Amino acid sequence: MGFLDIRNVTKTYGNVEVLHEVDIEVEEGEFLVLVGPSGCGKSTLLNMIAGLESITSGDIAIRGRQMNGVHPSKRNIAMVFQSYALYPNMTVAQNITFGLEMHGVPKPERDKALAEVAKLLQIDHLLARKPGQLSGGQRQRVAMGRALVRNPDVFLFDEPLSNLDAKLRVDMRTEIKKLHHKLKTTIVYVTHDQIEAMTLSTRIAVMYKGYVQQLGTPKEIYDQPANLFVATFMGSPAMNVLPATVVMENGAAHAAITDAEGASQRLRFSQQGMAQWMGRKVLLGIRPEAITDPEGADRKSGNIQHLRNRVTVTEPAGSDTFVTMTLSGKDVIARMRADANVVPGQVFDFAVNMDKAVAFDPETEARIPA
Amino acid sequence: MSAASQETAVSAGRVTRAFIYLVLLLFALYYLLPLYVMAVNSVKPLPEITGGNMMSLPRTFTIEPWLSAWSTAQIGVEPTGLKPYFINSILMVAPAVAISTILGALNGYVLTKWRFKYDGIVFGLLLFSCFIPFQIVLIPMAVVLGKLGLAGSVPGLVLVHVVYGLGFTTLYYRNYYAAFPTELVRAAMIDGAGFFRIFWRILLPVSGPITVVSVIWQFTNIWNDFLFGVSFGGTRQPMTVALNNLVQSSTGVKEYNVHFAGAILAALPTLLVYIVAGRYFVRGLMAGSVKG
Repeated sequence: MGFLDIRNVTKTYGNVEVLHEVDIEVEEGEFLVLVGPSGCGKSTLLNMIAGLESITSGDIAIRGRQMNGVHPSKRNIAMVFQSYALYPNMTVAQNITFGLEMHGVPKPERDKALAEVAKLLQIDHLLARKPGQLSGGQRQRVAMGRALVRNPDVFLFDEPLSNLDAKLRVDMRTEIKKLHHKLKTTIVYVTHDQIEAMTLSTRIAVMYKGYVQQLGTPKEIYDQPANLFVATFMGSPAMNVLPATVVMENGAAHAAITDAEGASQRLRFSQQGMAQWMGRKVLLGIRPEAITDPEGADRKSGNIQHLRNRVTVTEPAGSDTFVTMTLSGKDVIARMRADANVVPGQVFDFAVNMDKAVAFDPETEARIPA
Repeated sequence: MSAASQETAVSAGRVTRAFIYLVLLLFALYYLLPLYVMAVNSVKPLPEITGGNMMSLPRTFTIEPWLSAWSTAQIGVEPTGLKPYFINSILMVAPAVAISTILGALNGYVLTKWRFKYDGIVFGLLLFSCFIPFQIVLIPMAVVLGKLGLAGSVPGLVLVHVVYGLGFTTLYYRNYYAAFPTELVRAAMIDGAGFFRIFWRILLPVSGPITVVSVIWQFTNIWNDFLFGVSFGGTRQPMTVALNNLVQSSTGVKEYNVHFAGAILAALPTLLVYIVAGRYFVRGLMAGSVKG
């Protein structure tokens, strides 16, 4: 039994099922990120943990205590909202201590808790201000302070960074991670940003259409996506997916694809199990960083396959150069070192790290196990 | 060339502007004219009005008509002046405005932040009550007041006005609170605040503008109401009914100066409310009606 148990939780509105039998056990101190596109049910699940939405069926328990029907204030949770939801008529100090006041904590203790949190978040100098006089980042800190001061069992974050500009978002992301390292609290964090999910979490639940598509560590999710949705949703630029046929050559399974000129090219699979798929069509998934120039290829990889193909476009991004080519009729993006010598329109020798390639069943869209 | 055309554009702008101000000034004067007539004639002795020009300033200044209107003028059959009726009006208006505003705020709070099944229909029905003319409810209201034993009393009038005003105050607060972020209410719930605590600590402190609108609207309507007053006032009739009885008396000399003074006295409280709170009125009205 975990610290926070979500057991077969389903949510329906009338006849519409927005969440289907979600089953997640969160350990103490874990940072669980619920990630998925809009309407996948991630916020609904968070609100159900918070007690702001009722549970249609299933159970939610925190520290072994059944939470179904328990009022939000009695669950010992704290929530940071997307809009921060700071009380506009109260000062920062009043905002932070409002929850303690409502729970009947005496004034001296409230002041002590306030001082600690203010020091931790470096907002001492803002305590007398109203939320209207704060910048976005400062509001974000106050909202976190309001959650921290309660010292809850579980922190719930509902897209807390999406109202910040790009630079501040990265800074605050690091702040949150630091805070988690320092306080070792249990966090459930909702976001639609897959980079936030990858960087912050200890585990990720990728959600789509009310189903948890995959639950796992960031590395598992990234390297062994359960299905095509997870594979393409996580990672930026997205994983390249191209139709391929499995063929046998010298006793090893190869993926047969066509290059820009229409000529057939073969890439040897690392997975032994692919032999069972001989003669059948699969979807080959290769992450952009697994396609490089030969010098930039991962030296630890046991299976670098070479591929000659014409370059369509190059996009130098400073740190990397993105190279686009056509394979099996699809645009395929390769991520190269910034100084890779690639010229648009010319044929180039690509190195494909097939250890990192995955294949999907075109019918079920599930990953073919190695 | 271009400089010259610019200059003409500026001067044309000036002419237009002067014209606009002139028109506005004329309208303002036109609207102020009745008040001017009332004010100057209320401080003239009666012969000066009957024998002279209504528009001219008083030759002899007297506050006698004001004193008479307030405390000695013949209202119906009693020479009481308007004073007791003024007090009746105050006793009616203050609780009626307060109660209808508080209930309207609570309604708005529930209808936006504590949604329940068919709340849209409930709101629709409340909104519908804004369109019911006074005359239609007279007889049913008389029956209800009679059954409650409140007929002809100040509490009876308060009840009538609260019931009638509730639709409007609910509409104001509902639209105002619809624009209020629900996340704040949720945050307060997690913080452990209950239904009334959230209302009192989170919503009310930011409800200033719409409260001003509600109070002004209710105050003006209830103070100026004649029909409910004359129908259900009994012996505790409000100022408007008394003013009518003063002005419309068909016996004796028509004391125009006293009538003018009485009419100003009757209008004074609403004028005062507008002057004190008027600048919030438009702001609040916009906030309540446009958003949501």
